[in-house]
Amino acid sequence: MSDAWKKFFRNRLALAGSLVIALIVLGGVGAPWLAPYDPHEQFFDGLTLEGAPLPPDAKFWLGTDLLGRDLFSRLLFGARTSLIIGIVANGAAVVIGTFLGLVAGFVRGWLGAAIMRFTDLMMAFPALLLAIALAAIFNPSLWIVALVIAMVNWVQIARVIYTQTTSLATREYIEATRALGANWPRLLFVHVLPHLLPTILVWSTLGIATTVLLEATLSFLGIGVRPPTPSWGGIIFESQSYFLDAPWLVFFPGIAVLLMALSFNLVGDALRDALDPTQRGR
Amino acid sequence: MKTARSMLLAIVAAAVMATAAATAQAAGGKMIVTFKDDVSTLDPAIGYDWQNWSMIKSLFDGLMDYKPGTTDLVPELAQSYEISPDGTQYTFKLHPEAKFHNGRPITADDVKWSIERAVNPKTQSPGAGFFSAIKGFEEANSGKTDKLSGIVVLDPHTVRFDLSRPDATFLHVLQLNFSFPVPKEEVERLGADFGKSPVGSGAYKLKEWTLGQRIVFVRNPDYWKKDTPKLDEIEFQFGQDPSVALLRLKKGEVDILGDGIPPARFLEVKNDPANKGLIVQGNQLQTGYVTMNVKIKPFDNVKVRQAVNMAINKERIVKIINNRAVPATQPLPPSMPGYDKNYKGYPYDPEGAKKLLKDAGFPNGFETELYANNTDPNPRIAQAIQQDLATIGIKANLKTLAQSAVIQAGGDGTAPMIWSGGMAWIADFPDPSDFYGPILGCGGAVQGGWNWSWYCNKDLDKLGAEADAVTDPAKKAEREEMWRKIFIKIMDDAPWAPVFNELRFTMHSPRVKGEDSWFVDPVHIPVHYDEVYVAQ
Amino acid sequence: MLRFLLSRLGQSVFILIGVTVITFALAFLVPADPVRMIAGRSASPATVENIRHQLGLDRPVPEQYVRYVTRLVHGDLGRSYMQKTQVSTLIASRLPATLLLMAGAIFFELLIGLTAGIWAATRRGHFSDQAVMVASFVGVSAPQFLVGLLLLYVFANLLNLFPLGGYGDLHHLILPALTLGIGGGGWYSRVMRSSMADVLRQDYIRTARAKGLKERKVVLVHGLRNAILPVVAMVGLDIGIFMSGAVVVESVYGWPGIGQLAWQAIQVIDIPIIMGVTLTAAVAIVLGNLLADLVTPFIDPRVRL
Repeated sequence: MSDAWKKFFRNRLALAGSLVIALIVLGGVGAPWLAPYDPHEQFFDGLTLEGAPLPPDAKFWLGTDLLGRDLFSRLLFGARTSLIIGIVANGAAVVIGTFLGLVAGFVRGWLGAAIMRFTDLMMAFPALLLAIALAAIFNPSLWIVALVIAMVNWVQIARVIYTQTTSLATREYIEATRALGANWPRLLFVHVLPHLLPTILVWSTLGIATTVLLEATLSFLGIGVRPPTPSWGGIIFESQSYFLDAPWLVFFPGIAVLLMALSFNLVGDALRDALDPTQRGR
Repeated sequence: MKTARSMLLAIVAAAVMATAAATAQAAGGKMIVTFKDDVSTLDPAIGYDWQNWSMIKSLFDGLMDYKPGTTDLVPELAQSYEISPDGTQYTFKLHPEAKFHNGRPITADDVKWSIERAVNPKTQSPGAGFFSAIKGFEEANSGKTDKLSGIVVLDPHTVRFDLSRPDATFLHVLQLNFSFPVPKEEVERLGADFGKSPVGSGAYKLKEWTLGQRIVFVRNPDYWKKDTPKLDEIEFQFGQDPSVALLRLKKGEVDILGDGIPPARFLEVKNDPANKGLIVQGNQLQTGYVTMNVKIKPFDNVKVRQAVNMAINKERIVKIINNRAVPATQPLPPSMPGYDKNYKGYPYDPEGAKKLLKDAGFPNGFETELYANNTDPNPRIAQAIQQDLATIGIKANLKTLAQSAVIQAGGDGTAPMIWSGGMAWIADFPDPSDFYGPILGCGGAVQGGWNWSWYCNKDLDKLGAEADAVTDPAKKAEREEMWRKIFIKIMDDAPWAPVFNELRFTMHSPRVKGEDSWFVDPVHIPVHYDEVYVAQ
Repeated sequence: MLRFLLSRLGQSVFILIGVTVITFALAFLVPADPVRMIAGRSASPATVENIRHQLGLDRPVPEQYVRYVTRLVHGDLGRSYMQKTQVSTLIASRLPATLLLMAGAIFFELLIGLTAGIWAATRRGHFSDQAVMVASFVGVSAPQFLVGLLLLYVFANLLNLFPLGGYGDLHHLILPALTLGIGGGGWYSRVMRSSMADVLRQDYIRTARAKGLKERKVVLVHGLRNAILPVVAMVGLDIGIFMSGAVVVESVYGWPGIGQLAWQAIQVIDIPIIMGVTLTAAVAIVLGNLLADLVTPFIDPRVRL
């Protein structure tokens, strides 16, 4: 395993990605202390006399939004939202996907087939439409949005885990151990699961990228995390109509989303390279 | 002698032709209007959104209409009408030259059949309820019979309406699209597709409808009103984002911004001297308000509701929407008859509000929920209101949902506070009773109703019914006074916190001309299609 | 082969039935009433109930589902609640715009992906290889709305090279198609790169080089022919994804496709349209997956259909 870590750290892109993630986590966790203002405070002088937002200046480092709130503070607190959703939604997706994939791959038979058919069904479902339908209608809250995203994202993980589990479960030593009478929980937790950990780790990281993108998209459409909770996609949604006049309201949060997704993608990809024993070289 | 006479005749003929040519030159030309969304339907019995409402008015005629640019009722298809002294019988004589676009003259039978169609449940018309004053409505609306016994055809050009009670708004009802005559044979031929291939009797005919892209109206050459319409053709283009449409207007590619001036560019456009004369400002029959559900504590306490009224900084909210509205003091909008110019309403006074809360037993405020619809700018306005409430100690948790979900919560009575933006009441017709019944009257305070504050004051209901029974046109001012008193009474009880009245700004290209009032006609949005014309 | 296709047909029918059940269930779980939206503000409770009865929405949900499927089997997708128009007509009217966008997007995806992927594969380990890799990651990580708004701002607003959104001719198509193409192009370039790298290591490529063939011919003719197969499989999957409506791109550019139709229908709970669009998208996804799977054996001979 240490070889894998060495490989990982030698990858410059992965290091860059890790740095960005660290910065985002720092920003999000430290938001209450780092933010110059309360992200909810609507400043009267945060808007021009005619109600237009202010561009970046000495008082508001990244400008203000359409309600006169400080953009920089909202970005910092928005990092929290993205991190929470990323971890919770992706975590839920990984748990559900791993569980179902594992059961299907290990138990096989009619239960396994049924689970995989269900997975096929969910794959055929237009993902964004499903997320929109769920998010637009149900009681909006951070946790519901996280759950909606998890409902959409678990499928790919389930398939990958299933494939791996089936190939693992048919290996000779498993068959042999079975023949020797070992009980299945031991088989599962000692012999199968550890081999799946690399995959789970990789998908957990890559999954955060997709989750963050999906959350930002839902917020952009107005149906993600609801105001006044600051969220990067939500800031863009509110500011869309002013986009040509106040582009900073779209670009700063948009780039934040991009950087977060990018860094998790880089790290996840590097992890995959590092952990994959059948690596065929970069 | 003969030569002199023939010369005179020739001169007169030439003069007549020249005048005719000059008049013909004033009419004609094409106008392009842009919209973001496609039109849902052009069936007068079904169309009920602000976009198709005026288009339908140009494709069809009603018994009554309004003088262009005003809210004064005038007869349209009806050449003349009579109201019985007790106000329960209306007799109309139809214009003999009025014809449908397929060439057939409009008769009293058509008038009767069309309203029966609107009331018939199979049509699924949202406007069936407007005709409830007509005798026989219950039987027809429940599907027991196809016919409305209260509409009587006296002869091919005379029709009489028998009402079960005097209704001062009845003439307004006959101006609603739902009452417009439609040709029975075309409706039966096209069935549910009549909405996409309407055959009317109005100033324009439908020439083309490419779904999602374009609708083209073309002048009706056989229209019975002379010199109307003034354009040869109107093209409606869809899928045009308001910002894009604005740029195209500047380039001269389009003539009217159907969705109005995009909010972000509003200030820039308004202050640009090049646009002088191209932007017309007018009022809308609209109020934006916060409803408070009197059945949910603590909004059952009038002091709490009054405190909310005093806590909202209306000037700031108007600023947030770039001054495209004026603060509101009462439920009725300023251009509605019955509006009280002298009523000041509740002042902006957070300290006074806090004191009221203390008196009501909430020195530390309380927690509640504020619903709003999730299309911009409503979440922003809701957040501004939320901040104002927080200043006096009320912690309002925001719930921004799809419009349908908010409407459901309001109709179910589960929402304590609702910001009405995007779903706010716009008057169906310019009469104060339309602003009362469904949204503040006891009749609307039911499951599925639109009286989201569930306010039911039986005394006011009775006063309202009395006001509506005053059908004598000579007593118009008296009736308005009765309604004025009713709405002021409502403000004393404060089930609503009126926030602003939206203004309307219509921008048009230099080549489109007409009276200012036609560009901000209260009933025809965005413009009065029949009246505006193009400089040739 | 025939057995494979038949079994896939059976699976597809099962999947589509499942999709209709789930969509139907979701539409009815929604805490909002489509009838109130249709009936409008001034409707009396009697009118509302009348309309509900007319549409059959007062019947128990399973019965409504059966009626829906029966009509579906006869090719009838029903009528929109709000517009009263046939759902099939509405979808058909949006199809050209969606297909055009899809074609444009796939064009750009391939253009970007193949070019970048081949370039990177032939310069393994060099700086340009790394640059392409980073660029492809950025492409994949960029939210569509950001790319869309950025392209609009720079190329349409500042530089005035393209119209500010809308539907029409090629001019209107380029920016939205490019927006979609950048994301997909990122994926394609990575797949292409790794596939091409594998192929270029094969013996027959060495032989071709030894024969003295120009390097460009070796790569673009002999190499590409085999390396492109995984990308073809991905195009199949993409077809499915695009048909489910590029809601974000359509929203940013005002493109009148199926995505916008679905979005508007969801706002007002126009159930027939929602069902119709979801079904259309699911059919496209199933067909796209089938296409991808048909190509796979050519990529990996170990996989048998």
